Amino acid sequence: MATKTGSGLEYKGVASISGPIIVVENVQGVGYDELVSVKTQHGETRLGKVIQVTQKAVIVQVFEGTTGLSPSDTRTRFLGHSLEVPVSTEMLGRVMNSFGEPIDGHPRFFTEEKRDVNGYPLNPVAREYPKEFIQTGISAIDGLCSLVRGQKLPVFSGPGLAHNELAAQIVRQAQIRGGGEDFNIVFIAMGLEHDDAAFFQKSFEETGAIKNVAMFLNLADDPPVERIITPRTGLTLAEFLAFDQDRHVLVVMTDMTNYCEALREVSASMEEVPSRKGYPGYMYSDLASLYERAGRIHGKKGSITQMPILTMPNDDITHPIPDLTGYITEGQIVLSRSLEKQSIYPPIYISTSLSRLMKDGIGKDSTREDHANVASQLYSAYAQYNSVKSLVTIIGEEGLGQRDKEYLRFGEAFEKTLINQGKNENRTIEQTLSIAWDALSLLPDEELTSIKPEYIKKYYPKFASEVK
Amino acid sequence: MPVKGRVIRVAGPVVEASGMAQAVMHEMVEVGNDRLIGEIIRLDGEQATIQVYQNTSGLKLDEPVLGTGSPLSVELAPGIVGNVFDGIQRPLEELKILTGAFIKHAAGVTSLSRTKKWTFVPTAKVGAKLVGGDILGTVQETALFEHRVLVPVNVQGKLLKIVPKGDYTIIETIATLEVNGAKVDLPMLQRWPVREPRPHTKRLFATSPLITGQRVIDTFFPVAKGGSASIPGPFGSGKTVTQQQLAKWSDANIIIYVGCGERGNEMVDVLDSFPQLMDPTTGHPLMERTVLVANTSNMPVSAREASIYTGITLAEYFRDMGYAVALMADSTSRWAEALREVSGRLEEMPAEEGFPSYLPSRLAEFYERTGVVETLGSDKRIGSICAIGAVSPPGGDFSEPVTQHTKRFTRVFWALDAELAAARHYPSINWMASYSGYIQDLAEWWHKNVDKNWNSYREEAMRILQTEDDLKNIVKLVGPEALPDKQRLVLETARIIRIAFLQQNALDAIDTYSSPQKQFKMLKIIVDYHRLADNVVSKGAPIFKVTELPITEEIMRMKTAIPNDKVDLLDDLEKRMYESFGMLEATLR
Repeated sequence: MATKTGSGLEYKGVASISGPIIVVENVQGVGYDELVSVKTQHGETRLGKVIQVTQKAVIVQVFEGTTGLSPSDTRTRFLGHSLEVPVSTEMLGRVMNSFGEPIDGHPRFFTEEKRDVNGYPLNPVAREYPKEFIQTGISAIDGLCSLVRGQKLPVFSGPGLAHNELAAQIVRQAQIRGGGEDFNIVFIAMGLEHDDAAFFQKSFEETGAIKNVAMFLNLADDPPVERIITPRTGLTLAEFLAFDQDRHVLVVMTDMTNYCEALREVSASMEEVPSRKGYPGYMYSDLASLYERAGRIHGKKGSITQMPILTMPNDDITHPIPDLTGYITEGQIVLSRSLEKQSIYPPIYISTSLSRLMKDGIGKDSTREDHANVASQLYSAYAQYNSVKSLVTIIGEEGLGQRDKEYLRFGEAFEKTLINQGKNENRTIEQTLSIAWDALSLLPDEELTSIKPEYIKKYYPKFASEVK
Repeated sequence: MPVKGRVIRVAGPVVEASGMAQAVMHEMVEVGNDRLIGEIIRLDGEQATIQVYQNTSGLKLDEPVLGTGSPLSVELAPGIVGNVFDGIQRPLEELKILTGAFIKHAAGVTSLSRTKKWTFVPTAKVGAKLVGGDILGTVQETALFEHRVLVPVNVQGKLLKIVPKGDYTIIETIATLEVNGAKVDLPMLQRWPVREPRPHTKRLFATSPLITGQRVIDTFFPVAKGGSASIPGPFGSGKTVTQQQLAKWSDANIIIYVGCGERGNEMVDVLDSFPQLMDPTTGHPLMERTVLVANTSNMPVSAREASIYTGITLAEYFRDMGYAVALMADSTSRWAEALREVSGRLEEMPAEEGFPSYLPSRLAEFYERTGVVETLGSDKRIGSICAIGAVSPPGGDFSEPVTQHTKRFTRVFWALDAELAAARHYPSINWMASYSGYIQDLAEWWHKNVDKNWNSYREEAMRILQTEDDLKNIVKLVGPEALPDKQRLVLETARIIRIAFLQQNALDAIDTYSSPQKQFKMLKIIVDYHRLADNVVSKGAPIFKVTELPITEEIMRMKTAIPNDKVDLLDDLEKRMYESFGMLEATLR
């Protein structure tokens, strides 16, 4: 049955087809994880990879799905290497599919180097600790969960919340303080709706950022299994740009929820033992193999900063997708429906938001000496505000003590002036901190126990004006 | 003659091989032409199921599988301390030199350097009858750590020859023993299988605390040297920061930090900060007493399973030298998940949430390797291992299997709380949900070394916190203003305990570590404050008169204002507090 063509043996016919999985029998010399070319009876070629080799058969997962394949006429060829995708600086400004092939109608790339789509794990001792502050111009992020170069900081959103606007604003505004080169953007869409993809494209075009953006699109009507490849293709380019071309790369991946759904679909079709909510037990390791591709390397100029976006099913932060993500990423930015309802943009709920790498990215040398203290005070005061607010619903504002009333006023000002800002408003960190001090000044200075007395003297509006 | 079989099935990290009739369970094997390291986890006739610790991409059927004749083992000799290994003790610095920034396959890497020379100082005398565990000599491995070279566990006999003081590699013979009439040459290098606990003479009770400098831990929920503790918490609740604080400040001789399936950047944080942090007592970099086992989440999942065993075996080796060892495992949930993943690929019947039914027994085996022991050897040294395991429960739900089973096998439970973390109350250890089973065992140490009233003060403080917890439910309904002043005082004092004592800023140079003396004095000031305030409030002083006292704010800031080497300033503070209240009381008459 086997006929020799091109680089390897071509096998005609498959033993069984189920979901995205095909089983090919009587095959020899095939390696685990090898790339497979699958030809339909109409001559269309699809790609797949070997996910299990046994003496009897080879199990292949077909990325573009198995629709239209017939057991007798399908031809498979094993390519002897794992999936490789093209990487090139020419990909900036272009739109590609999940395999890195251009789909924007423009010509193919001139130089084409191919890389293994899975990459290799970065040796922890080769990593450099990320600590360069990125100013996004968004107060809630810069002031309270600062992003640094080489960090992976996801946005936990819900269906219908303003995550796309927020991501687009970050892409437009992100910069290193004191100038420096622009970010190259790798934009990875997984199961994204056409409208959302068009929104991003338009937003990049309007600001002229598009020439620095490489877009990898797997849209909602594209095969789900392909979604498992899309982020890997994009991240392979990001690694090339960052560590071969010395660029600073910001990777936006949306929507991780669709990615995880695809993972579950494939796992179920392979009849694997499911873990929570039917997701595969290896979802943590699988997500880590994407997220951990962010970072910096000693002795290299470039960096990969990741901003994955996910929509929490039913706004539930304990759902496996946000849960496992939160355990891998260096913090999270959480959007809240209740803030959105109060017309606060961006609706970032800071109490559950966090940036783990903030501590080394801020302070005297990078932002301002009082930044860490102010952030920590804002967090605890806002927590106090939230508990006072729940008290108000029961006993009314009149029943509150003086201090609690002050917290109430602080919290309202905090949400309206610090968190809330325009979709095109780009604040410097100094502006953010000055708004923060204005909000804190609604509390008496002895309440500010997280802030060093010397900073209170210098920045608390009442004392600061005395100094002047 | 080691076996030689061939690959018949590959499914991710699980490989099956035939022709393995001579192999033994848990034997280490080399798989494929690239000689990937694996371990036999099931034998069925002449077929073996192998868990492979490296990436199996490209592995083909019929590639060879070679037995090594020994179980998965670690290398034990000078060169461990200050080093960074992956889950199967491959040195990551060496790998970086060989394969660059990204980990690729590299054959022939040994865990410990064969060429580096160490200055060995012999202490055993020729002619002495030595048994396993006796000290042959020492190597000053780092400024903080003296490596004691021991007679291997099962060897005993007369010392025929020992080398003079000098520089030797770990494979050169340093001593020769006569064992049952035969001569046995001993190098410094030894091996030990990771899944087998190293033997000791007998177990002892844990009586001294592991001082961590973290107030909520040392004062309220202490762990003993040789004890075991678990830190469960949802993401973002500060597990890793707490673990790192413990690794930095614990008064153990050796710290083994196992990063098991966690973030790469966190390991870098440890790697960057530890060489710069100085040990509070000796002034040498903390890295000189630290061993890192780093199997980050993107490294092969099966090596993650092994990393916990690698860590605890290294810990036992140092314990056997007579040291107090503290092992931090972050996170044991990732280890359990690795078990689950491999179990799933073996198509075993799953128990709770897909975890294999042997999860509890594996956890028990691990935590049972902790403890205080009298080691082997004729000089009856005392060594201990304290294990602190982080647990990452999905969705922060403590009823999940890993948290529940860990709770059964550890005596201290530090429950991290998302709500506290959201208010940036760190360490976010919930004082109502946490417990320590060592308080009675350790009280004697505190009473002898710090103050005889330690336990009565900590109990009083706990009572205040407990009362606050009860009152909180009423406050939620009626607001604090509606409470009588005496109860409002409890709320005020509890607030001081929370902010001034329980909260501790890991990033503040002074606050990051509190000596036991400082901890006790701070606690005493707060509890006495409560007694004094309670007295004046009973005599009719309104509560705001108390909270308005400048001494209150001073107490709130004492943790960062008063360094560990000036704790007598706390005595001054206490004196001024008594005076303030005296003056307040005088105005009442």
